[in-house]
Amino acid sequence: MATVDIREVRKAFGSTQILHGVSVAIEDGQFVVLVGPSGCGKSTLLRMLAGLENITGGEIAIGERVVNNVPPKDRDIAMVFQNYALYPHMTVFQNMAFSMKLAGAPKDVMEREVQKAARILGLEQLLHRFPRQLSGGQRQRVAMGRAIVRNPQVFLFDEPLSNLDAKLRVQMRSEIKELHQRLKVTTVYVTHDQIEAMTMADLIVVMNHGRIEQAGAPLELYDRPANLFVAGFIGSPAMNMLEGHIADGAFHAAGGVRWPLPPGAPTSGEVIYGIRPEHLHLDPGGLPASIQVIEPTGSETQVLLRIGDASLLGAFRERISGAPGSALPVSPDISLVHLFDKKTGQRIP
Amino acid sequence: MSVTAAETWRPRATQQGWLSRLFDNKAFLIVMCLAPAIGLLMVFLTYPLGLGVWLAFTDTTIGQRGIYVGLENFEFLFGDPIFWNAIFFSVFYTGVATVGKFGLGLWLALLLNNHLPFKSFLRAIILLPWIVPTVLSAIAFWWIYDPQFSIISWVFIELGLRETNIDFINTAWPARWSLIAANIWRGIPFVAISLLAGLQTISPSLYEAAMLDGATAWQRFRFVTFPMLLPILAIVMTFSIIFTFTDFQLVYAITRGGPVNSTHLLATLAFQRGIPGGQLGEGAAIAVAMIPFLVFATLFSYFALARRKWQQGESND
Ligand SMILES: Nc1ncnc2c1ncn2[C@@H]1O[C@H](COP(=O)(O)OP(=O)(O)OP(=O)(O)O)[C@@H](O)[C@H]1O
Ligand SMILES: [Mg+2]
Repeated sequence: MATVDIREVRKAFGSTQILHGVSVAIEDGQFVVLVGPSGCGKSTLLRMLAGLENITGGEIAIGERVVNNVPPKDRDIAMVFQNYALYPHMTVFQNMAFSMKLAGAPKDVMEREVQKAARILGLEQLLHRFPRQLSGGQRQRVAMGRAIVRNPQVFLFDEPLSNLDAKLRVQMRSEIKELHQRLKVTTVYVTHDQIEAMTMADLIVVMNHGRIEQAGAPLELYDRPANLFVAGFIGSPAMNMLEGHIADGAFHAAGGVRWPLPPGAPTSGEVIYGIRPEHLHLDPGGLPASIQVIEPTGSETQVLLRIGDASLLGAFRERISGAPGSALPVSPDISLVHLFDKKTGQRIP
Repeated sequence: MSVTAAETWRPRATQQGWLSRLFDNKAFLIVMCLAPAIGLLMVFLTYPLGLGVWLAFTDTTIGQRGIYVGLENFEFLFGDPIFWNAIFFSVFYTGVATVGKFGLGLWLALLLNNHLPFKSFLRAIILLPWIVPTVLSAIAFWWIYDPQFSIISWVFIELGLRETNIDFINTAWPARWSLIAANIWRGIPFVAISLLAGLQTISPSLYEAAMLDGATAWQRFRFVTFPMLLPILAIVMTFSIIFTFTDFQLVYAITRGGPVNSTHLLATLAFQRGIPGGQLGEGAAIAVAMIPFLVFATLFSYFALARRKWQQGESND
């Protein structure tokens, strides 16, 4: 177990800059999720942690040791690959025991360690199968088993669940989380699925175009997104964004919107007014928005509304019925409104 | 979806003529598609092979139809030291050349599988020995090994490393090694390019996983590359052994089996006895003697190397 310190790390492939100075301090035993859209450099950063890509600039330290020039095998880390990278010519047992075999461990130690990991992951019955005889979920578990027996300082996961179906993904998600609570090994987990990030992480690092947009605890990112990108990325369904301006102590936008401002708001200027669907509520005195689509999910009702030429999604606890085109009066929950500067995209108060 | 369209459109009633019905008939199709292949195989493979085997049991000579003589040809050959020498040299030639070709070919393939400058250019160069017709390269080697005009001898003498010309093909053992060297040179491209294709099917993430598991470069080769390459290696090796064991052109063009029959392969000896020597029956018997070796080599590499449990469909628990 160890801390991981990423300081101003840069990466360029040839003349293309991929990472532009990324810094994250990871505490011992923390579960960190790197999340961001495809191509933002998550895998690249993870591979640099593993030592599979060299570091163009900056420093990475695992524990106290700067590992910039330490080869992968001496970094004491284990990685679970997106395609699992199981050795096809080895049985599950041999796959899991491979690192110990290379280290020259005695047979009984190998047997004991593999059995222990297999028990944790429910692989006891499969130890003599070859990878091609396993289902996707089982392969995923073998890949994790191979990492566990190493007993590493840091676990790295690169989108380990993206090849599984939705149900298995939810199940493996909680298994990984449980495993982490049990082993308490520092973990860096890459995903582009924000739900995975929200449910698993102690610390979420949101990346975009090779930069960190915001790092923080899941609810911190949900409650106080630092900019438009994070606001739109975290939370499902995504936050509504209305363009408009501030005047007379209220927010004005097309379609007759005149909404109150959160405390600490500026007194004028062009802004974007963000409100999450679940923070709109029915209010007889509110703005009459016109209903476009109603989607009841049982526990809540999602309604797509139209105000002026902007669309607005609302998620309500109440059951709602109404013909498309009819009016539904709604108001935002003022304490949960987010304001962003229209030019810079940064959060205002 | 348009409802009216579904009402007005009907598939045309299928009125099949006898011809199209015939072509729908599976039995007819099987016969028709296989006939050309079987015909070609019969005419160009089965007939010559059968004829060769038959000739081996007759005393046919050129210009005289022979009669069945049973195992007489083989009995004669068993007492013939030249025949035994040809068997020895065929096995030796095949064994040493195969080791050489696969050693160097694998090394080249591994080298080319890395990121190298001018990679595609190097690959093209490596194919050269294979593109040149064998007889041409054999003639080139003939010159290289020439007792008087050998370029190798010339270089050594110019450099002051030797006083006299090197004896390449005038005594038995140097001639054998020289032929093996020529065969290795000619065989490397096939091995290197085939193995390179095999190497490229191995996912790079396996190497990365092995690297994280603590494997050194040698261990990555030993535990990942080599076992995954084995099936392809087996097939390439089977072909290579067959081609080498039945080799004719290089030896015949460079030494004609000499000096004093010391470099005869079974193929060159069979030709020598059968065509210039006129003893068709005996030549055929020598050729037939190759069959057990070839069958053995094929079975060995197929069963010992090619069949891997981890690739097969059946489960094993
Ligand atoms: N070997 C390479 N050479 C050149 N460019 C590369 C290389 N590897 C990655 N890139 C580029 O670096 C950028 C980041 O890639 P990376 O694989 O880190 O993305 P990612 O965030 O993991 O995306 P995804 O969610 O799709 O996996 C991409 O634009 C990619 O094209
Ligand atoms: Mg990736």
